[in-house]
Amino acid sequence: MPEVLKAPLVVEFPFTRSLGPVQSAFLTGLRERVVLGVKTGDGRVLVPPVEYDPVTAEEIRDLVEVAPTGTVTTWAWNHAPRRGQPLDTPFAWVLVKLDGGDTALLHALDAPGPDAVHTGMRVRVRWAAEREGAITDIACFEPYDGEAAEPPGHSGEFEDAVTGIVAHARLDYTYSPGRAQIAYIAALSGRRTVGERCPSCRKVYVPPRGACPTCGVATSEQVEVGPAGTVTTFCIVNIKAKNLDIEVPYVYAHIALDGADLALHGRIGGIPYDQVRMGLRVEPVWTEGGRYPDHYRPTGEPDADYETYKELL
Amino acid sequence: MTREIAVVAFAQSDTLRTTEEQSEVEMLMPVLHDVLEQTGLKTADIGFTCSGSSDYLAGRAFSFTLALDGVGAWPPISESHVEMDGAWALYEAWTKLLTGDADTALVYSYGKSSPGPLRDVLTRQLDPYYVAPLWPDSVALAALQAQALIDAGDTDESALAAVAARCRTDASVNSRAQLRGSVPQGDYLVRPLRTGDCPPIGDGAAAVILAAGERARELCARPAWIRGIDHRIDAHALGVRDLTDSPSTRLAAEKAGAFERPVDTAELHAPFTSQEVVLRKALELDDTVRVNPSGGPLAANPIMAAGLVRIGEAAARIHRGESDRALAHATSGPCLQQNLVAVLEGES
Repeated sequence: MPEVLKAPLVVEFPFTRSLGPVQSAFLTGLRERVVLGVKTGDGRVLVPPVEYDPVTAEEIRDLVEVAPTGTVTTWAWNHAPRRGQPLDTPFAWVLVKLDGGDTALLHALDAPGPDAVHTGMRVRVRWAAEREGAITDIACFEPYDGEAAEPPGHSGEFEDAVTGIVAHARLDYTYSPGRAQIAYIAALSGRRTVGERCPSCRKVYVPPRGACPTCGVATSEQVEVGPAGTVTTFCIVNIKAKNLDIEVPYVYAHIALDGADLALHGRIGGIPYDQVRMGLRVEPVWTEGGRYPDHYRPTGEPDADYETYKELL
Repeated sequence: MTREIAVVAFAQSDTLRTTEEQSEVEMLMPVLHDVLEQTGLKTADIGFTCSGSSDYLAGRAFSFTLALDGVGAWPPISESHVEMDGAWALYEAWTKLLTGDADTALVYSYGKSSPGPLRDVLTRQLDPYYVAPLWPDSVALAALQAQALIDAGDTDESALAAVAARCRTDASVNSRAQLRGSVPQGDYLVRPLRTGDCPPIGDGAAAVILAAGERARELCARPAWIRGIDHRIDAHALGVRDLTDSPSTRLAAEKAGAFERPVDTAELHAPFTSQEVVLRKALELDDTVRVNPSGGPLAANPIMAAGLVRIGEAAARIHRGESDRALAHATSGPCLQQNLVAVLEGES
């Protein structure tokens, strides 16, 4: 078996999320250094506040300001901060019950070491220097030995309230395609297209994925196909794709390589786009250093009979 | 309940730190073949197929559709998928069999955690407004729960170490497990949890076949009858919950009939040592109950499959005659947020 192929795969995107009225007030409040909770029907104050009572599912909208000081209800010492976490030096994860609230908020506590942290310790909010209306407007908590702060009793009404957040997410993976596709890619590096045959139905899959989707069994017998093939169907692309230096219009086609029982797809070149047709015989064109065919061009052979490829449409 | 439904077969892969030489379907397929072979059934004989997996683990969009290639879904089959542990796929299949629409069901799940940063990947399931932007990883959240238990006097570090040691000793007879025998308790990963308190990160797959009534008796010498199954969920905000307790587990167990008579075995989906403490309390398990004889998730924790493995392991003990009444538990989310309990019985 060829060497296992691996490549970095970064999945990264910003999630744009709209906020409900309670979330909007809470996050706008953080921007203004105000911490809000929401009162439930039975008089408890939830911090951070939510739109619906987690016990009764009742809609709750009664905002109350709580103090930026509070008490640690549980903690965990994180000696090796990970990307995206609130502090990049060792810190404690904490659940903090703010003064005036009945539930706890998750955040980080900046402390010199685990010996300086205990459940029941008093802490206060350290505000971020730049605030935008997000949970990260609280930079972290810090130890605090003063009295509970007296919140002035903000109404929860703000000018220019935030209505949404953009949450960035990035995850770094190492992609490896599996046995069948590794063999396929390895063969391509020698400009050969190698599919795999199903031991049960005898179909040859190109590219192979390791299983026959019809029979549910492993494919393993390798079969070289092509290099020439037949256009089974095609479309004319009229919109230029981003980062793709190909003049439009061009033709993108399903191509059944000789010996394959599944069409793969590729671009057709070397022929005006409006002369491409079903049954056209084509062959791959490789470019120097290319890891797969750049495109396919006509072989000049007579067109294939419809009967020879009708099962491959 | 008008229809009796049983687990009639269970198969699982080895759980390995990496399966980089295999795609997901290549990892899963031998398990599917194994479970079908145990019953003599073919894909075409199966009334309903349901799977559980998450594309986030390996970062492969729509990987569950590629995994379906391993089933052989032609001619078209009746099929469904949940973005949850396979235990919830089993719940859906059980419901389908209850309706009478099918007599047999294939349930499978798989997880490849090796390609991605699992602790970070799991943060993406958290509240996206107030929690996920802080990237609190799965070990950190479990550590907050563990500290709450220690503060409450429910456990201490040496008791947690004893849980870890017992599980990995039990796993020494489980050839599928990843961590077996003597495993050092190690340094703090996120204090108070040490590496030994945490599950190994691994890739794996599992599959189960369910059958109803007489069909179950035809397919299995001693079916593991599902006497009850239920799942419940706690509030998603960690700061709203009492982390030392699991009311959702207790309620699911009650609805599943777990408290009606004692069980002799319990397979608990407690990936962290501290979570076993919570579950034993919620499920009222005393020392007469054999807990995680397979070694449990502390020995092998293929994400998305480890819950289904609990049901499978409990059922397999009944198949082998080693248990008459077993409880299986599966969990999902941080700090045992959502919990499923099934009660399985063998006929004497």
